[in-house]
Amino acid sequence: MIHIKRLQEDGADVIAIIGEIDASSSIELDLAIAKSVGEGYEKILVDCSALEYISSAGLGVFMSYIDEFKDKKIAMVLYGMSDKVANTFQILGLDELLHIAKDKSEAKAMINELQV
Amino acid sequence: MRARAMIRLLFMMGAITWLGLVFTDIVVLISIKNSLEPDIPVWLPKLLLNLFILSLFYYYKFKIEHDEVLNFIDLLWRVFATGLIATVISLALRLVSYLLGNTKLPSDVVYIDLVYLINIGLMISFLIMAFTAWKRLILYQKSKWLLRFWAFFEYGLLISLLYNSFNFPRIDWLYIAMLVTFLLTGLVLSGNMKWVAYLNFRQKWTGLLLLLLTIFYLLYGFYTSSDYAGIVEKTSPEFADYRDHVFILSLISFVTIYSVFSFLVILFNLPTTSVFEQKLEEVVNFQRISQSIQTEQSEESVYKILLETSVSSVFADAAWLEISSSEKKLYTYNITEKEAGDIIDHLNKHQVRGILDQGSDKTRNLSRYLSTLKNSRFRSILAFPIYVKNENIGILALLKELPDGFNREMTKIVSTFSNQAGISIENFRLMEEALQNERYKEELKIAKNVQKSLLPEILEKSDAFEIAAFSESADEVGGDYYDTLRISPEIVSLIIADVSGKGTTAAFHMSQMKGIFHSLAQDCIEPAEFLVKANQALVKCLERGSFISAIIFLVNTTTRTIRYARGGHCPVLYYHATTDQVEYFKDKGVALGMIRSNAYRNFARTEEFSFCPGDVMVLYTDGITEAKNAKGEEFGYDRLAAILAESKHLSAREIQDRIISTLYSFSESEGLDDDYTTMVIKFN
Repeated sequence: MIHIKRLQEDGADVIAIIGEIDASSSIELDLAIAKSVGEGYEKILVDCSALEYISSAGLGVFMSYIDEFKDKKIAMVLYGMSDKVANTFQILGLDELLHIAKDKSEAKAMINELQV
Repeated sequence: MRARAMIRLLFMMGAITWLGLVFTDIVVLISIKNSLEPDIPVWLPKLLLNLFILSLFYYYKFKIEHDEVLNFIDLLWRVFATGLIATVISLALRLVSYLLGNTKLPSDVVYIDLVYLINIGLMISFLIMAFTAWKRLILYQKSKWLLRFWAFFEYGLLISLLYNSFNFPRIDWLYIAMLVTFLLTGLVLSGNMKWVAYLNFRQKWTGLLLLLLTIFYLLYGFYTSSDYAGIVEKTSPEFADYRDHVFILSLISFVTIYSVFSFLVILFNLPTTSVFEQKLEEVVNFQRISQSIQTEQSEESVYKILLETSVSSVFADAAWLEISSSEKKLYTYNITEKEAGDIIDHLNKHQVRGILDQGSDKTRNLSRYLSTLKNSRFRSILAFPIYVKNENIGILALLKELPDGFNREMTKIVSTFSNQAGISIENFRLMEEALQNERYKEELKIAKNVQKSLLPEILEKSDAFEIAAFSESADEVGGDYYDTLRISPEIVSLIIADVSGKGTTAAFHMSQMKGIFHSLAQDCIEPAEFLVKANQALVKCLERGSFISAIIFLVNTTTRTIRYARGGHCPVLYYHATTDQVEYFKDKGVALGMIRSNAYRNFARTEEFSFCPGDVMVLYTDGITEAKNAKGEEFGYDRLAAILAESKHLSAREIQDRIISTLYSFSESEGLDDDYTTMVIKFN
C-alpha cells in the first residue's frame, strides 16, 4: 500500500511517500527516516504530495523524531500535503511541532532558513 | 428378548420332535416286529427326524451365530462341551446295559432302538453345534465368494433334508452325487483357517487339546450309532436310519474334516506363533505411540514410550534416546549415561560423520564402528534420527551385545516408530500452541470485560443538559475513552480520549487515562492545566510514537458556560440553537505525549463559551470520521455535521442513534476498522 522513494537534492534528502500510511506501513516510513538520519543527512524533506492517508500510527512516526531532530540539529520539512492529510496533522497539533511547507520551493527555502 | 424367546421355542420344538420321533419309530418297529401293518405311515419317523434336525439347526444358529462375546477358544470349548455331554450320556447308557447283564431287556430290539434314538439325538445335536461353530470360524474373514459358497453348502444341506423326509424311491446316482458334492464343498470350505493365526501360543495349545477330544467324540459317536443301527436293522428295515441320510453323513464328514484340518493347521502353526505375536505387539506399540498424544501425556512420555517399544520390538539389550531440542536430555534403557557417553565420544572421535550428531538424516547401522571400542559389552548399534517439522530433534540408538544383531525388518519397524514419535511430538506441540491460544483468547475476553467496566455505565445527570454515549471497539479491547465526573453541585467534568493504535496496548493506556482523569479532575483544575499535568504523567509511560488525543470540559450549569481544552482530539461539533448553525470549533492543541518536555505548556489553551437551551455538542473519535465505505470514501466531517443539522431537534440519545445507524449503513461492513465512540450532549 505504500511506496517510499529517496533521492538527494542540494544536500538534502528527499523522502517521497506514495500511497497510504497505516499501522503496518508506518514501519517502512520509520525505517526510511531512520536510514536518512543514519546516513548523516541534516536536511530532510518529506514529499507528501502523493500521500493519500495517514493513520495515527504514521503520525506517531513523525512525532517520535521531534526530540531526536532537535538534539541532532536536523531540520525536517514536510510539503505538498493534500488538505485532508494536512487536517489530520492539524487536529493532533502536529502542525505546530513540525515544519510544513506548501510546496517544494517553499520547503527548500524553509529548510535553509532552519539550518542557519 | 425376542431372540431369547425364539431360542426357547426352538429348543421346545427340538424336544417335542425328538419325543415324537421316539414314539413313532418304536410304534413302527413294534408293528413290523409283530408282522403287523403299522397304524402310522412308515415315513413319519423320518419326517420327524428331519424336523428335529431343523429345530436344532435353527436353535444353534440363534444361540451361537449371533453371540458376539464368543472368541475362538470359547467356540471350540462349546463344541467340546457338547461332545463331552453326548459322550458321557452315551457311555452311561452302555453302563446301564452292562449292569442289566443277561436280563431280557438289553437284547430287546425296542430297548436298543430307544438307546439308538437317544444316541442319534445327541450326536446330531453335537454335529449341528460343531457345524455352527465351524461356520463362524470359516467366515471369520469373509469375502463375497466365500459367503456365496457357504450359502450354497448350507442351503444345499437343508434342501437335502427334503429328499430324506419321505419315502422316495432311492436313486443311487443322485444319492451319491449329492454326497460327493457336499463332501467336496466341505473340503474346499475347510481351507479357510485364517482364525488360527490370531491365537496366541497358549490358546493354540488349548485349541489342540479341545480339537483332539472333539475328534475322539466324533469317532466314538459315529461308532456307537452305527453299532446300534446295525442291530436295529436286523429286526426291521423301516426305522430312522441315519446311514443313508445325506444331511447327517455330509455333516459328519464335514465336521470331521474341518476338525482334523484345524488340528493339523494349529499344530504346524505352533512354531511360528511367536512371530505373529511379535507383529501384533508391534502394531499395538505403534498405536501406543500414536495415541500417546491424545491422553494428555507430555513429550517426555512420548520419548519413554518410543524407547520402550523400540527396545521390545527388536529385542535390544540397551538403548538411549538423546533429545536436543531445547536442552540436551538423555533417556536411557539398561545403560548408564557414562557408558552411552563413551560410545558417543568414541564414534565422534572416529569421525563417524552425521550419525549420532544432528546432521544425520537417515537410519544407519553403526556396528562396524563399535568393534574398535574396547571395554564395551555392545557389538551392534543402530541409530535413528527423530524429526519434528523437518528439524532433527534427537537420536534414538539401539544396542545389542550380539554382533550383527539387527536385521532389515527390525530397522524398518524402529524407523517407523521414530517417525511416528516425531509426528506425535509435533502434534503435541501444535496442541500446546492451540491451548495457549485458547488461553490468550480467554484472557482477552477478561480484558474486554475489564475494559468495558472502565467506561462509565451511568453518566452524570443534570437539569441543564442530557447526555448519551456509545463506544464500540474493532478488536477485543479498544483504546477509546469517555467519562463524566461531578466535581461540585454546579460543575461537571467531561472527557473524551483516543489512544493511538489499537488492541491491548491501547487498552492499557486507556486505563491509565482513566486514572489520570479521576485523580486530576477532582481538584477542578483549569482544563489547560489538566492537559499539562496529564501530559507529564503520560510521557513517562507512553512508548515512542504513541500519543493520546483528548478533550477535557468543565461544564458550569450555574453560569451556563463551558471551559475546555483540546489536546489534539477531533474538533468539537457544535449546534448553536440561537443562530441555527452547525460548526466545528477551530482551536489549537497538541495531543498528549507528543511533546515530552515542559514545552507542552505553550500549546495547551483553555477556551470558553456559553451554551444556550437547544444547543447540541457532539464529541467523537476519528474512527467515525475516518470510517470508509466499500469505495474507499471516508465518512468525513461534512456527513457528520449534516446528521447533526438534520437531527438537532431530537434528544441526545436519538441524535446519537442517528449518527451510529448512518455510520453503519455507510460503511456496510460487518467488522469495524477502528474504535468508534461518540458522546452527545444536549443543553436544556
